Amino acid sequence: MKTTGTTASADTVTAVTAVIPARAAWSAVIRAGETLTLTDLHGNQAADFLVYDAHDTAVRYSAPDTVHAQGGIFLTTGSVLMSNEHTPLMTVTADDVGRHDTVGGACSKESNTLRYGHHTWSQHACVDNFLAEGAKHGLGKRDLVSNINWYMNVPVEKDGTLGIVDGISAPGLALTLRAERDVLVLISNCPQINNPCNGFDPTAVQVTITGAGT
Amino acid sequence: MATSTTYGARDHARAQEGARAEAMPVVPASDWPAPPHEAAHLVWAETVAGGNYTHRVLARGTEFRLTDPRGDACAHLLLHHADRPWERLNVADTVKVQWNAYLGEGVLLLSDQGRVLASVIADTSGRHDALCGTSTLVRNTERYGDGTPQSPSPAGRELFKLAAAKNGLEPRDLPPSLSFFQGVAVREDGTLDFTGSAGPGAAVTLRAEQDVTVLIANVPHPADPRPEYVSTPLEVLAWRAEPTRPGDPLWDATPEGRRAFLNTAEFLAARGTA
Repeated sequence: MKTTGTTASADTVTAVTAVIPARAAWSAVIRAGETLTLTDLHGNQAADFLVYDAHDTAVRYSAPDTVHAQGGIFLTTGSVLMSNEHTPLMTVTADDVGRHDTVGGACSKESNTLRYGHHTWSQHACVDNFLAEGAKHGLGKRDLVSNINWYMNVPVEKDGTLGIVDGISAPGLALTLRAERDVLVLISNCPQINNPCNGFDPTAVQVTITGAGT
Repeated sequence: MATSTTYGARDHARAQEGARAEAMPVVPASDWPAPPHEAAHLVWAETVAGGNYTHRVLARGTEFRLTDPRGDACAHLLLHHADRPWERLNVADTVKVQWNAYLGEGVLLLSDQGRVLASVIADTSGRHDALCGTSTLVRNTERYGDGTPQSPSPAGRELFKLAAAKNGLEPRDLPPSLSFFQGVAVREDGTLDFTGSAGPGAAVTLRAEQDVTVLIANVPHPADPRPEYVSTPLEVLAWRAEPTRPGDPLWDATPEGRRAFLNTAEFLAARGTA
């Protein structure tokens, strides 16, 4: 993975930028007050995302607490990513897209056999990315929970029918998250090629960590 | 009865046998007064108090019925594979794979391993939720003044931690849960409507498709708007039955479900427990 250098502006804000290639995983600790900007470089790419309290990873992202806290299933500017103890982990401070999913979870080799057929078993999947990247931080299978899918479009019809449909993102659209405490972030740049979440063609995303300037 | 001596204290304790409480397990389960099946088949009969929890390991092919007798129960449910607890209920896969956000008859409760842990075989409520999870210490303390397990307003997650601990599991083993008997609906813009209870007497029957550890917390739904903590008893009955097999309408109800049952059957056959 390509990581570009550190830049410093007059007020000492620093930024570290990395490009996560198609299908790859990435992780970082984001300090309280720092921001993480995620840019959909080529458009219509889903970025699967998990976040943990960096000092106590048993406290981790909770999709249901987040949904309940904001009274709705779509994430956008103002959404507070809540932990399983109902404490804030990160806040979406800017969003070019308008809505993101936190209901559908990550693709896995196992769920792919149910969704598409057993021929998909050998394909890449987000859960494998999360397991491999999480292991670098001492996380295992017990630590994987329902995640966020940035840029993924999952509407729910009146009768409850739910599904991943064509994305509403576009090249260059970005969102920014502020860490409310020191957090560990795992990203799987989704390798899914069987549904419209990536337009059937996974592409790279960019992450930028910006310092708090303090 | 004098309890100043060990003999007196022993007599006092033993004299309690046979006492009845509104909320209690009935042991043996066959003593349950109105069994839905032959009493001899019952393996679990319990009334769970509002604000309390229960847990049990159920063999594959056991059916269990949750009933809300008074209309203000909310059964928060987690399932783990009994022998391999790292395989557990995956709510996201459950809704995504089956293309539906709502729970009801015919829904399969899927594990993260592409297999079925349990199926919903009957439902007279239709008011359930797979989106909001359960309540937490922080929220219950804000809303009701307390959320600790022994308080008047215990949080679901705190009760799940206790139920998990009694099965050798830790908070890390508690993924998002489902809740039965208090519903939530999604509007077109993604916001949620709390639809509440279907009223007294609603029941949901599930069937264990593998050996599972069942954790249940009976606490108010986190989106329940009432200012007071309202939680009435939950009835749980389980009896020996047969797992879903090829030829059962549920087996072939959807292509995704059929593959989930096939994966489960293969797994069990390889283990020698089919």
